[in-house]
Amino acid sequence: MQTTLKVNGKTERLDLDPRTTLLDALREHLHLTGTKKGCDHGQCGACTVIVEGKRINSCLTLAVMHDGDAIKTIEGLGTPGDLHPMQKAFVTHDGYQCGYCTPGQICSAVAVLDELKAGIPSHVSADLDKIAFSRDEIVERMSGNICRCGAYSNIFEAIADVAGEKA
Amino acid sequence: MKPFTYERASTPAEAAAMAAAKPASRFIAGGTNLLDLMKLQIETPQHLIDVNRLDLDRVEPTKDGGLRIGALVRNTDLAANKIVRRDYAVLSRALLAGASGQLRNKATTAGNLLQRTRCPYFYDTTKPCNKRKPGSGCAALGGINRGLAIMGTSEACIATHPSDMAVAMRLLDASVETVSADGATRAIPIADFHQLPGKTPHIETALRPGELITAVTLPAPIEGRHVYRKVRDRASYAFALISVAAIVGPKGQRFAFGGLAHKPWRVEAAEKLSGPDAITASVTLGAKTTPQNAFKIPLLRRTLGAVLAEA
Repeated sequence: MQTTLKVNGKTERLDLDPRTTLLDALREHLHLTGTKKGCDHGQCGACTVIVEGKRINSCLTLAVMHDGDAIKTIEGLGTPGDLHPMQKAFVTHDGYQCGYCTPGQICSAVAVLDELKAGIPSHVSADLDKIAFSRDEIVERMSGNICRCGAYSNIFEAIADVAGEKA
Repeated sequence: MKPFTYERASTPAEAAAMAAAKPASRFIAGGTNLLDLMKLQIETPQHLIDVNRLDLDRVEPTKDGGLRIGALVRNTDLAANKIVRRDYAVLSRALLAGASGQLRNKATTAGNLLQRTRCPYFYDTTKPCNKRKPGSGCAALGGINRGLAIMGTSEACIATHPSDMAVAMRLLDASVETVSADGATRAIPIADFHQLPGKTPHIETALRPGELITAVTLPAPIEGRHVYRKVRDRASYAFALISVAAIVGPKGQRFAFGGLAHKPWRVEAAEKLSGPDAITASVTLGAKTTPQNAFKIPLLRRTLGAVLAEA
């Protein structure tokens, strides 16, 4: 099935089996292997990408459902010579060990800071109308990204750094 | 995944007509539950009807002071909606207690109501499950059933409904609007929408084949303190062992419960009683527990106590 995706600003035309998940389209068809396949069931967050400005699990959606959509992956956030501030902060604060969950963590973290700015509440927001940065807010909002090396405290420090907050 | 064909619908009636024409089809919106089950071959539709482009993504006030929530409004957007935050806070709270940020960005209002149980035996295709394969038996009855239902169960099924949002919808007396292939519309009260398992646990809702949810409507807001309290095995991104949705206000109190049954559980008679002991006794009258899940009754009593103290 003919499908057009706007990936990291580039228009990509693909002919896909309808079963192809967005994750597999990115990795196997476009060879953008930065986005990782972990559980493939929406539980680990390794496949997190930003679609039309919102973070989603790319393993739990079909590429054909996103015809015409703008998709940002880790490759679109920054490059080795020109890192996104969140990528830079993960390096500075050692926010990983094996690195497998890192692209998903970074895409999620970038979107989380946008969600805070947009005033979107979370489970731990004491007041649904007053949304502010806090450790609890970040921990709750990042719960869909698992790091089995356990780099969580450094991941938090990286996110706090980009948010301009003290860890 | 098993192979399937795919098409996009452009109007709700067209989507329903497409489904009527192909009985082995499924609607797909967020897809976060359906695709998970398709990968495991628990769901094996031959045809998917993508309803994401339908014009059903708005939240609008109704003439009688309530709110009409389009079927495709995403969980994040509904929880963050200004009117919902102000007038139906229990709904915001319930939505935010469910899933992860990524899933809430994708999951829809209608899809959330239709999500299937998380019973481990429903997911384990090597075990019998009357819901997955009618007549095959229930492995949960003699299996690991700590998280499963204690109210409204049957010999055929002790699965729970996993949704937090649906518990708040039950509390708020929501109504589910649908369209059928012939264009006919109807509104199903949420109390009648989800079914108890009985002898047919594979039939989970009052929807007829091919019927499409177009909206969920809420009556005028209920004054009072809105609380959603969820108890689970970890603090985030886990299904409820027990959850309590409550509104306590000048015109009385009302409660709905998650983690107890095959549907959001509500016992209106219990709402006239005072204190967690009496209310819990009334809500859990006729409970059928196992040694593993009997803890849900005292847990419910204590959770209700905490909710009443907070409210």
